[in-house]
Amino acid sequence: MSVLPLLPGAELLACVPRLRRYARALVGERAAADDLVQDTLERGWAQRAALQPGTDARAWLFAIMHNMRIDQIRRGALVTEPLDDDTPMPALADRSTVGIQVREMDAALRLLSEEQRAILLMVGLEDMRYEEVASTLGIPVGTVMSRLARAREKLRSLMDGGARVNSLKVVK
Amino acid sequence: MNLPVTEADLHAYVDGVLPAARAAEVAAYLAERPEEAARVRAYAAQNDAMHRLFDPVLGEPVPAPMAAATTPQRNRHWQWQALAAGLAIALVSGGAGWGLRGAATGQSLARMEQQAPAYQQAAWSGLAHQAAIAHAVYSPDVRRPVEIRADQEDQLVTWLSKRMGSKIRPPHLGKLGYELIGGRLLPGASGPVAQFMYHDGAGQRLTLYVSTEQARNKDTGFRFAKEGDVNVFYWIDGKFGYALSAAVDKGELARVASAVYEQLEGPV
Repeated sequence: MSVLPLLPGAELLACVPRLRRYARALVGERAAADDLVQDTLERGWAQRAALQPGTDARAWLFAIMHNMRIDQIRRGALVTEPLDDDTPMPALADRSTVGIQVREMDAALRLLSEEQRAILLMVGLEDMRYEEVASTLGIPVGTVMSRLARAREKLRSLMDGGARVNSLKVVK
Repeated sequence: MNLPVTEADLHAYVDGVLPAARAAEVAAYLAERPEEAARVRAYAAQNDAMHRLFDPVLGEPVPAPMAAATTPQRNRHWQWQALAAGLAIALVSGGAGWGLRGAATGQSLARMEQQAPAYQQAAWSGLAHQAAIAHAVYSPDVRRPVEIRADQEDQLVTWLSKRMGSKIRPPHLGKLGYELIGGRLLPGASGPVAQFMYHDGAGQRLTLYVSTEQARNKDTGFRFAKEGDVNVFYWIDGKFGYALSAAVDKGELARVASAVYEQLEGPV
């Protein structure tokens, strides 16, 4: 029988699938998204002493990732990698089996501003509470709510817009 | 008179974070306003579409550089332990070993806490440690504790078995008062591991962590570890490692562990 301390490394590793999902949705391109996750984990590992026992490692890593992403955007350095035959293809849902709405969503997400997309994903994909999103991004909850509302409404008009163009032909 | 329904209420309604009473008020409000109701449905469909698009990423194996970034020192540590263990086993070869396998099939499983060499204990406790962390990370998750819920058990079994490369099936613990919530896939030390989650009538959650990475470890009987509030019973059987974690007392956990063990050993 032994009492073992929780190793932060393992706690960080447990967050990897969700960090990757979020980064893929935020950044769009697989290699660039994984680069962001890799950088986040390396910084998280280097700063692991700052992770207090009992704090949520995922929220902590999301905050690190958010800061790294801001740095990335400020540098204007879009990390890209040419595709070749050895590049593993993104294992997103098979496009032939997902509905039109889901495919539209992928395209429409790219049309949101980065900050709108981040908030929408944290709430809708990561199931983070509004307060968690606010503390992760370092903004007031009211700002989270107003950006969330704008993001959802913009997405709705983007996705509605496509449908309306089609239906106009039929109706008129 | 109810409080007026705000824009923030509508979003909280979509995200399922309103208290039940308030959610009912919002639902009543929407029932009389078809346009607002359509807007709320569209927002909910957005959440759903995002999950369908990106949830498959959760099942992708963790790339080696990411695993290395989070465990560099520990990996080195483990390699040394594996080497030391292999050497020791070679030296003792032909002896009676530790007799754990034989004892493990006996009746007094839960009572087993045999003394084994320190390096073996360390190798085994890695399993318990990982399981306890996975329990601590996922069991408090109210809204999304599992990736596939128990109402799609067939799909869960097929998916996990495919990803793990071995038939993996959750034991049924209803007789002990624990219902299956569902399961998920997690990164292990060198491949995927499965986690099944259960709860009892009081909401107490229990997780069973199943790893198929134990081929290099020796079988064990039941062993016990404690990590913070989480008690863990674990054992290794062939390439399979099992760890049952919950914040319940040792006796209760032993009772469940015996039932799990019997189901896994018995005919499926």
